[in-house]
Amino acid sequence: MTALTPKTEAELAEIVASANAPMRITGGGTRPIGKPCDGPVLSTSALSGIELYEPGALTLVARTGTPVSEVEKTLAKEGQRLAFEPMDHRGLLGTTGEPTIGGVFAANVSGPRRIQTGAARDFLLGVRFVDGTGQVLRNGGRVMKNVTGYDLVKLMAGSYGTLGVMTEVALKVLPKSRHTGMLALTGLSDTDAVRALSRALASPYEVTGGAHLQNGPDGAPLTVIRIEGFENSIAYRADELQKLLGAFGTATFETDADRTTQRWREIRDVAMFHDAPGDVWRISVKPSDAPGLVAQVPGAEALYDWGGGLIWLRVPEGTQADTIRNAMQATPGHATLIRGAAGAGAFQPLSPAIGALHDGLRAKFDPKGLFNPGLMDRAA
Amino acid sequence: MDMPNPNPLILARKAKLIERLEAVLPPEAVIHDPSETRAYECDGLTAYKCPPLAVVLPASTQEVSDALRICHEMDVPVVPRGAGTSLAGGALPTEDSVILGVAKLTDVLETDYDNRFIRVQTGRTNLSVTGAVEEDGFFYAPDPSSQLACAIAGNIAMNSGGAHCLKYGVTTNNLLGVTMVMMDGTITQIGGAFLDAEGLDLLGLICGSEGQLGVVTEATLRILHKPEGARPVLMGFDSSEVAGQCVSDIIKVGVLPVAIEFMDRPCIRATENFAGAGYPDCEALLIVEVEGSDAEIDEQLETIIEIAQSHNPVALRQSSSDDESKRIWLGRKSAFGAMGKINDYMCLDGTIPVSQLPYVLKRIGELSQEFGLDVANVFHAGDGNMHPLILFNANEPGQLELCEDLGAEILKLCVEVGGCLTGEHGVGIEKRDLMLHQYDPADLEIQMAVKDVFDPGWLLNPAKVFPLQSSDARRIAAE
Repeated sequence: MTALTPKTEAELAEIVASANAPMRITGGGTRPIGKPCDGPVLSTSALSGIELYEPGALTLVARTGTPVSEVEKTLAKEGQRLAFEPMDHRGLLGTTGEPTIGGVFAANVSGPRRIQTGAARDFLLGVRFVDGTGQVLRNGGRVMKNVTGYDLVKLMAGSYGTLGVMTEVALKVLPKSRHTGMLALTGLSDTDAVRALSRALASPYEVTGGAHLQNGPDGAPLTVIRIEGFENSIAYRADELQKLLGAFGTATFETDADRTTQRWREIRDVAMFHDAPGDVWRISVKPSDAPGLVAQVPGAEALYDWGGGLIWLRVPEGTQADTIRNAMQATPGHATLIRGAAGAGAFQPLSPAIGALHDGLRAKFDPKGLFNPGLMDRAA
Repeated sequence: MDMPNPNPLILARKAKLIERLEAVLPPEAVIHDPSETRAYECDGLTAYKCPPLAVVLPASTQEVSDALRICHEMDVPVVPRGAGTSLAGGALPTEDSVILGVAKLTDVLETDYDNRFIRVQTGRTNLSVTGAVEEDGFFYAPDPSSQLACAIAGNIAMNSGGAHCLKYGVTTNNLLGVTMVMMDGTITQIGGAFLDAEGLDLLGLICGSEGQLGVVTEATLRILHKPEGARPVLMGFDSSEVAGQCVSDIIKVGVLPVAIEFMDRPCIRATENFAGAGYPDCEALLIVEVEGSDAEIDEQLETIIEIAQSHNPVALRQSSSDDESKRIWLGRKSAFGAMGKINDYMCLDGTIPVSQLPYVLKRIGELSQEFGLDVANVFHAGDGNMHPLILFNANEPGQLELCEDLGAEILKLCVEVGGCLTGEHGVGIEKRDLMLHQYDPADLEIQMAVKDVFDPGWLLNPAKVFPLQSSDARRIAAE
């Protein structure tokens, strides 16, 4: 089926206003997460272009169909970046096409630096969106601090197109670090690795990445810690962290920018699972709960990011959602099926009270039930 | 500033209401004697006062739930109150409302350094959250200037910021989970000691909703290890434009200071008379603070000073010791006290794009002359959050109104240049009727629709945030 690709916000609003059957809302279509709806595809990919960029104010405003690559290129020219390091899902999901900045926020996609600098939602300052009746609405603005009325900006971030179709986003950007370095420990058990990461993250040395691969490139467990900043700072902090982590073995210090960048891109994009078969779950928990949870799932391989707080879990294809949900029963957190046969159970079931709030909000924002009806299911 | 007339039917139900509240709460937790309820007649916006029908001070989430359920069943509006430090009238009661204060909910419930969070009851003050973890080297980052007194409940309601949010973010960026009681008494959990709560971002929605969606009784907050050290540099310039340009250049070069604070001449003079911090007498002064080890601090300050030099500063003072740092911060930290000493003042809170700083300061100067009221500026320059202080004499008839009119003009100016009405204080009643300058009616309608979902009867803090004429239909339907 051909996608509807309106070229202007007004055109998009017109399509929504006259629609009366469910639609599949997408950006670049590179992150098909959860059960897609059967209706026509409505894509924001033709709403493209950066509308404002003020490096001195750390703000950028873009139409939601703007390719992430275009935003990143523009920022790089001024030595700035998307600090929350959004993942590129194409490798993991085997999709093609161009990831859009709107898609990044619709799915609240944040990478390894999330533990230090915040999630995508923390960088979203303002939105324009079309609600389910075809009205163009806006919330927030383009300034860093704004408590004028309810924060619907946060609500739109991570709503997977279920509340409205975003047409424009204003975001906060940050300067790129001048230098980057990485400490590596090998051979740690999951439990020790998370302990080591916790110790590094609970230090004053501003760790901007903390990950553990059960199977590193040479097959042995690999624990990595990223530090960024001025050159001398990095050397100093690496030294302090090496002392701090002494009990976990001798941490090697990698200063080569390319190798460090490459390693963290692989972690960000979960590269180790790209060519490995099976379903992939994304699980957010308290870091110290993570190793115990992973141990409960038979046949699983894990990549721990966010100091252990984010688990990328590869399980045999067709593993029932219940297997994961049952394992999590005693563990606060949430799990989402990112790669696998999308049943109705991809998203974390909600408690009845929270589920009722979801339903209520969706009915207000999208009274005709047009937007991605199968996503973010409430069924507990 | 108008408030809705009290509903006589609710006033008539007072005795029954008290009886029912006293049946579920300890006797000292229900206050209804007019001589005692007076203590709750206003918050930090003292120009507006009204004693409530009653005050309840529950000591547990269950008691909060019981109190809310009874008010819900009896259709009585509830105004949640943290520590009552709001500068926007967020906790201002109406005659027919019950104040629900969280002052007795002050416990630390859980501290976890490995996973870097603390779980507290929300009546606890902001500073005492840090107080609970600082011996072990940790802190809670958001630091509103009222942090000694203000409660976490109010911080969440207003999404409070502070001087250091340029680096660490505001409340919403540091809040991991809440226990929230809905108006009908339902107790809900959202998020927890893990990142990014499941489902729609209700945590983000609740934060900054000014007590209109639910009463948050417990909060899981992110804590961080304290930096090894922090030191500021102070610089003076002979024009605000140059100072503004310097701020922009510092941000662009890639150093991320924890704070960039700005003061103009009227403010510098007032604080000098008050605190004697030894500030230079100049048009504009910046305090820029960076963190790290000693060597890291030196490296960053060197870069910042290099930029400052290129703008021909009239004064430059780099701190090399704790003592010097304290002296540099002394004037800034006593600025509000200093202004209060010489005058009554109203503190505004608009945010603007940093690039508009020089233009906005110039326009504020012009408006100040037009209205015949002095305005002093002291604010967080790094994020464009301005705090113009309008000086007036509250005892002179008509001056408060004149001051409010000037305030409204300044806030409209902030919106015109691409900013907003309030960066960290909240809308409350103070900026309620200006909301249509920032948002179209449909933009406010969808926000009110959100309240419809959480509080269909419009009983929670109903006369705040939205212009009264916009929320009229809903509030009247609820009666």
